[in-house]
Amino acid sequence: MSLFFEQFPIVVNSLNTGFLQTLKLFALTLLGAIPLGLLICFGSMSKILPVKGFFKLLIWLVRGTPLMIQLLIIYYFPGLVLNNPIWGGGEGGRFVASAVAFIINYACYFSEIYRAGIQAIPQGQDEAGLVLGMSRSEIFFKVKLLQMIKRIVPPMSNEVLTLVKDTSLARIIALQEIIWAGQSFLKGSQGISGAIWPLFFTAVYYLVFNGILTVLLSRLEKKLDFFR
Amino acid sequence: MEILRVEHINKSFEDTSVLKDINFSLNKSEVLSIIGSSGSGKTTLLRCINFLEKPDSGIIRVNGDIIFDGENDEYLKEENIRRNRLHFGLVFQSFNLFPQYTALENVMLAKQLQAKKRPDYKENKKQILADIETHAKGLLDQMGLSDRMENYPHQLSGGQQQRVAIARALALEPDILCFDEPTSALDPELTGEILKVMKELADCKMTMIIVTHEMNFARDVSDKVIFMDDGIVCEEGTPDEVFLNPKQERTRQFLKNYQS
Repeated sequence: MSLFFEQFPIVVNSLNTGFLQTLKLFALTLLGAIPLGLLICFGSMSKILPVKGFFKLLIWLVRGTPLMIQLLIIYYFPGLVLNNPIWGGGEGGRFVASAVAFIINYACYFSEIYRAGIQAIPQGQDEAGLVLGMSRSEIFFKVKLLQMIKRIVPPMSNEVLTLVKDTSLARIIALQEIIWAGQSFLKGSQGISGAIWPLFFTAVYYLVFNGILTVLLSRLEKKLDFFR
Repeated sequence: MEILRVEHINKSFEDTSVLKDINFSLNKSEVLSIIGSSGSGKTTLLRCINFLEKPDSGIIRVNGDIIFDGENDEYLKEENIRRNRLHFGLVFQSFNLFPQYTALENVMLAKQLQAKKRPDYKENKKQILADIETHAKGLLDQMGLSDRMENYPHQLSGGQQQRVAIARALALEPDILCFDEPTSALDPELTGEILKVMKELADCKMTMIIVTHEMNFARDVSDKVIFMDDGIVCEEGTPDEVFLNPKQERTRQFLKNYQS
């Protein structure tokens, strides 16, 4: 038991550093994927067939393959196949590659949620805007956007909670996020080896963070309850 | 004085011809009711006039100026359509209020967006927005909704929502106010309050085109009635001519079915 108390501060310190990396990846993914998803959504709904086709193909590819494979391809393909290691070495390069893979992957999922949200808005809203002389962009931003947001908060909440856990996949390209930090005590790190409890303990971080997010997202849902 | 002239309007959806050579005109301050069975093309005609559908051919004139000509693509440019459709206001069957805005905000929104394009907007922003609000409040007051201005659409009855929709259409001061079966989604009690408002507008000499199934209302309020059947104007005249002495057998049949 005394060994556990000796190990605990060392492990927590290491897990905190790893979780910070997890949080950075999570935040950057959301920051990039939320607007990129809207762009992909508009592309997939475009009346110009080649544009629509391109974005539909992208969505199919991204949703049809494991995120882990996408991470590996995005990280290794430029260096190993094209002889152009654009990401650079080290933790910084791995982080950027992970962020790119996560942003593209999540943007594609978000785009489909946006599309469902937009298409669920009655056509009468467009028509009311049009007869009032509004432009298409005015109708989108002033009339439809908030209605879309209200509709997509529950499915987006699911995706956001999944994203928190999915960040652990970046471990596959050795990004030093929290799972990597937990696992390092198995092989041996900072004088601790053969300890599996740090790996199990990472679950507490995910659980607490997702708990906070759940509360925040349900608050947002309630805030949008003022209209139907 | 003639305000609207519709000439040779045709409209098809794929192989189905919905409007066939529609012609009619309307004078300022007149009320035109368009009656006919479902699928006769009444709503499509109204939607064509409001540019929610593009007629395949024909000409639409407002105050003598051509605002649509099927032969000339210039009239199909979005900015032209946006400008020209402001001659008309349209009240929908299903209200189509914006749910995230209060009654007052619904009435003000389009005018506020228009105001932003005014060259003096930045200088006189406060005054411009105050004027828009005063005008919108006046309209809602006129609709008997002065105590409902801060309510969201879902907090209003169907009749109240439709009155907000009428105020919203009036806010842009259209030359012609169009109604697409404005009472069809309402129960008989609420229908009465909408018809009363429309009657008041007619009394105020508002030029209106009303697509309706309310025959008694059409007879009492209209200056002119059009009976449509299978995409054509089957009969046209004063309410007395159409309702009391219809020339066409099809009109007689339609009115008989309504009375029975």
